[in-house]
Amino acid sequence: MNFDFSDDQKLLKDQARKFLTEKCTTKTVRKVFEGSDGYDATLWKQIADMGWMGTAIPEEHGGLGLGYLELCVIAEELGRALAPVPFSSTVYLFAEAIMIAGSDEQKAKYLPKIAAGELIGCFARSEGPGAVTPKSTRAAFKGGTLTGKKLAVSDGMDADFAVVLARSSDEPGERGLQLCVVDLKGKGVARRAQDSIDPSRKHAEFTFNGAAAEALGKPGEGWSNTSQVLDRAAVMTAFEQVGGADACLVMAKDYAMQRYAFGRLIASYQAIKHKLADMYVNTELARSNAYYGAWALSTGARELPLAAAAARVSATQAFDYASKENTQTHGGIGFTWEMDCHLFYKRSRDLALNLGPQRTWKDKLVTELELSNAA
Amino acid sequence: MDFEDTPEEAAFRAEANKWLSANAKLRGAKKSADDMAEMENGAAAEMAASKAWQKKKAEAGYARITWPKGQGGIGGTPMQSIIFGQEEAKYDVASGGPFAIGLGMCIPTLMAYGDEAAKKRYVWPAVCGDEIWCQLFSEPAGGSDVAGLRTKAERDGDEWVINGQKIWTTGAQFSDYGILLTRTDPNVPKHKGLTMFYIDMHDPAVEVRPIKQASGGSGFNEVFFTNLRVKDSQRLGEVGQGWQVALTTLMHERLAVGGGQGGGLDEKALMGLARTLELEDGPAIKNASVRERLADWYVRSAGLKYTTYRTMTALSQGKQPGPEASIAKIVVAAKLQDLAAFAMELEGEVGALKGDDAPAAGAFQMGWMSAPGLRIAGGTDEILRNIIAERVLGLPQDVRVDKDVPFNKMPTGR
Repeated sequence: MNFDFSDDQKLLKDQARKFLTEKCTTKTVRKVFEGSDGYDATLWKQIADMGWMGTAIPEEHGGLGLGYLELCVIAEELGRALAPVPFSSTVYLFAEAIMIAGSDEQKAKYLPKIAAGELIGCFARSEGPGAVTPKSTRAAFKGGTLTGKKLAVSDGMDADFAVVLARSSDEPGERGLQLCVVDLKGKGVARRAQDSIDPSRKHAEFTFNGAAAEALGKPGEGWSNTSQVLDRAAVMTAFEQVGGADACLVMAKDYAMQRYAFGRLIASYQAIKHKLADMYVNTELARSNAYYGAWALSTGARELPLAAAAARVSATQAFDYASKENTQTHGGIGFTWEMDCHLFYKRSRDLALNLGPQRTWKDKLVTELELSNAA
Repeated sequence: MDFEDTPEEAAFRAEANKWLSANAKLRGAKKSADDMAEMENGAAAEMAASKAWQKKKAEAGYARITWPKGQGGIGGTPMQSIIFGQEEAKYDVASGGPFAIGLGMCIPTLMAYGDEAAKKRYVWPAVCGDEIWCQLFSEPAGGSDVAGLRTKAERDGDEWVINGQKIWTTGAQFSDYGILLTRTDPNVPKHKGLTMFYIDMHDPAVEVRPIKQASGGSGFNEVFFTNLRVKDSQRLGEVGQGWQVALTTLMHERLAVGGGQGGGLDEKALMGLARTLELEDGPAIKNASVRERLADWYVRSAGLKYTTYRTMTALSQGKQPGPEASIAKIVVAAKLQDLAAFAMELEGEVGALKGDDAPAAGAFQMGWMSAPGLRIAGGTDEILRNIIAERVLGLPQDVRVDKDVPFNKMPTGR
């Protein structure tokens, strides 16, 4: 039994935490949160210099070729720090889509630039409120051009390229879907910044009007390719969520250990202690599920869809609970703009919705359980 | 990251399997209802078989693997103990339940505080299953607040005279010995006036009465002491040091009670049920609310399973496991209660039936009726949350109004 990260991976994690503690305080987060910039360019550059974007990109494509376990430990620290950089959109989604569905030429074209921090990518799925389904996907990719609309695309304003889920034929359901890559600076692309609950991750609306696009993967495989991308992204995002939940627990504890009410530390009241104990329990369960996801991802195990869904649901629940109860532990001061509680509360919800809501993942989880029981 | 044994662990697993296959048969699928019944009644049903299997294991050194050779063990590692348990679970053998408290809590306390003669006399008979031990701590006036106990021990020359009552004593009805926490000095604050003894449960001054639980089963007892005389040599630790001795025992309790409970009644069982039932809108397994709840419980079960793997990894690497192991019972007990109630909802009006008249031989009904007990036994949900808050997160203790008050000056209510 060796269900833990290696000493080298833990060292990488410590280094990442040390770096982010110094270079990505909540002041850094607030600069983006309260400003018009989509991300912190200085931080992005420093992260690129350390090679983080290329952690799981093979060396032949300019990456470090380390692997997903290394990427997961970095993800946890980015989540803890609420790092305002387009890392998840670029690395977990765009790069993974290229690695899953891209041709050799596409890999050679995009991956080295991602690894070097010279390309920001994003992934566009939603076209309106409600579930993303083959039926709800109307953007049309035909004859090398893309026409249609995509909404709520994380980091969409700053991205250079987008992977877009689109309809490429009249075949019904998912058989008609295909992924494509669009140069967002090209003709026929209009972008509009959308207001979002967590402005430390800006969102965009894309309107494509005959924009030049290249196919990514085969026709009819758009849905299954998306599914694979989301599984991988769910595992890494779960680590961000665990990091965020852990940060909330530390914040709540630190505050409860300083604040007096009715003549004693509020940390000595069971109403507070039990709340923090529950945060701890949920976060540990989520961490363990995330570890299993990391194992499945790093070994390419066939359990990945189930492991990813479990990691996703568990980590979403843990971060949700920790972020709202952190605010509650702080009392009135926790509901002020100045206190950082709301940064976590908002990031927690953004991560819970990005990649699809719990309802979707829970249904998928049970579908996978049914499959694994049938096998 | 992997789930593989080290070469040494694999060799031990093979060795354990060789011994197990020579001494037992592989088991078929166990029913959830059987697990639930065992949890209810303390596994007393097949005592003779349990004792016989325990003796075989003790002689082979598999009864307490981490203990020394000749004392039922092989001086092995905690990991070897886990591996043997995993393999043993695949075989159709009698439950080791009756020995869990004695070997998990009482005998380790005796080993830490008893004299050489006592160790020589009691360790082997306990480990080989000839003698069963129980733990006599909880009282009507001291449950979560064990140190509030009132059972009195008064010195009389070389003996002590004990009067009082214990409650919630698991397995007292078939125990031969027990470790007993008493009050020897009511004039000092409650934690300072306690003393620990071990006693003969067959003494006529000891009366055991089974408690009929709200669930209908009887795994627990009340135990009454009327002028019970014990020798001073049966004292464990110094006079007035009973609380420190009890902490040694309780440290072992959470390891013994913590994991693995709740029987086999989990989301897999619920899924099995949902496959067989029709709801208003079709098969239960296709119902969105059913699927949502299944996923909720699955991630808690899986989270616990992989938390155990993290603990095992630490043990396998010879490290001290982290505090994450302490979360199991809180999660399992509450989940059992919710999941069982939800299953009964799916069964509809028929869910109000039990036993063979109910689906799945009444497993969910039995789980639902047992769950309140599981949320209390071995540390209530509330006490366990206090423990996590204080020992894991380092939060301060609650204000203790009784801390410096002599025991006999403390207010008492119901």
